[in-house]
Amino acid sequence: MTNLSNLGVTEILDGLNNKAFSAEELIVEYIKILKTKNKHNAYIHFNEEKSLNLAKESDARRAKNNSLALDGLPIAVKDIFCVKGEKTSACSKILENFVPNYESSVTSNLWKQGAIYLGKTSMDEFAMGSSNETSFFGKVMNPWSKDKQLVPGGSSGGSAAAVAANLAPIALGTDTGGSIRQPASFCGTIGLKPTYGRCSRWGIIAFASSLDQAGPITRSVKDSAQILQYMSGFDIKDSTSADIPVPNFIDACSSSIKDKIIGIPKEYKIDKLANDVQKIWELGIEWLQDSGAKVIDVNLPHTEYALPTYYIVAPAEASANLARYDGVKYGFRAESFDDLEDMYCSTRSEGFGEEVKRRILIGTYVLSAGYYDAYYLRAQKVRTKIVNDFNKAFNKCDAILTPTAPSGAFEIGANMSPIEMYMNDVFTVPASLAGLPAISVPGGFSDDKKPLGLQLIGKAFDEETILAFASVIENCSNFKNSIKDII
Amino acid sequence: MSLDKSTLEKVANLARIKVKESEIDPLINELNNIMSWVEKLNEVDIDNIEPMTGVSDAKLRERNDEVNDGGYQDKVVNNSPESISNSFSVPKVIE
Repeated sequence: MTNLSNLGVTEILDGLNNKAFSAEELIVEYIKILKTKNKHNAYIHFNEEKSLNLAKESDARRAKNNSLALDGLPIAVKDIFCVKGEKTSACSKILENFVPNYESSVTSNLWKQGAIYLGKTSMDEFAMGSSNETSFFGKVMNPWSKDKQLVPGGSSGGSAAAVAANLAPIALGTDTGGSIRQPASFCGTIGLKPTYGRCSRWGIIAFASSLDQAGPITRSVKDSAQILQYMSGFDIKDSTSADIPVPNFIDACSSSIKDKIIGIPKEYKIDKLANDVQKIWELGIEWLQDSGAKVIDVNLPHTEYALPTYYIVAPAEASANLARYDGVKYGFRAESFDDLEDMYCSTRSEGFGEEVKRRILIGTYVLSAGYYDAYYLRAQKVRTKIVNDFNKAFNKCDAILTPTAPSGAFEIGANMSPIEMYMNDVFTVPASLAGLPAISVPGGFSDDKKPLGLQLIGKAFDEETILAFASVIENCSNFKNSIKDII
Repeated sequence: MSLDKSTLEKVANLARIKVKESEIDPLINELNNIMSWVEKLNEVDIDNIEPMTGVSDAKLRERNDEVNDGGYQDKVVNNSPESISNSFSVPKVIE
């Protein structure tokens, strides 16, 4: 029998439909792998009984010819999505032992199509980080590590590592400033952040509500399209959910890019851009050109202000969203305290990690009386200018091509200052601030054989165009076949 | 604009986060590094620019004010560190 854990979405669904294997056999195989091969620490927990029962139900539906669109497909879930009855902590001590009584809209949409819950993947605490090192459940190892242990990127580091190491065919992530795309780039996988409003945020633990979006991490562009198809859709429970039709994302992957216009922003050619990253970017441009696309230069003059804007807006929103964790309604409560006030303070001081506390303090500061106009209001105005830049650029082109991150994966424990760590998101944050769809697709390898991703940014609600471009890069880069030579 | 000890103490209190005496100086230093980095935004001309709260231009939707969920206090309080009679329990506030 074929190695079941190598299969992608289409192969799994075909295999199930052709009765080459059953959903139960598939889950048994995955559970076996999760029990014996968790050296990457990508998963924080799984539920064998639940997954097996769901697989049996799926097989029963298929036997009666009642199978659903994703019937029997195992999906790993970032620990930020509430899954009914499963511990959901955003990898924070403060939400330790929180068991939701409800299901997030995105996971609910997938389960309704017969997909099977495979387990919870690790992440940076409350999605704040770019290396997965702030998880309460320990560091995650990038499957591409050889002599030195590499980070998987973050914050959806567990999801990207799980997919890269064949510990899941698909994993869900969330992206606030690059948290799907940067780990996808570091782990050699596809990571798609849809347009803000495409997927419901309901039931996803909030970090920065004007930026958070859910999306898939997979091993092929078409797999991402197929999962996004069912994650998407209007949800009355999310006030910023977009009430617009969901196009056919799978068809979009095979549509021609002939005469489509791709924009190259010179502002992304920053001083710190590594030579090998630059080289892959140039290759990407060539591939798209050779496939019939027209390449033009575009200007995004406020790019250098995106990261500082993000580090005011996101912490401000986070400080408000995280005010609810006070040891009363759920999660952790400090053991010793003097009175109610002290209970709040002790709980929050002991329950939150360093990076989360740092961002809460920054957010509280920029929103406080006397500093609001100078920091928060100013950042919101710069955000408007960043969005205007994109609007102007998209008058001239259909999509924008950039590197996903300024370098490949770095070592676990690399001694970085907060600002050095924030620089990882320099290319992903602008699209986040503008709410635009963006995808990271492997373009090739760094000089020291680490995967490097290319990012395509599209117009709002035009995931179709970036899926078409990403499919071309996927075919031209031949990344999948090069994996065999390297691993 | 630099953040001093009394500002940090005020902000930490607003955020209900305790900062140990030994952590104050390194934290001030770290936060000031970040704040002086974000002050790069002062270079941008923001005259006559509208602030942006979010990218969604969706209008706020109205709905009927109807009860369509609830009736399971036991399940809700089940996640709390301490509860009494289906209520959240906290240390005594009024003597």
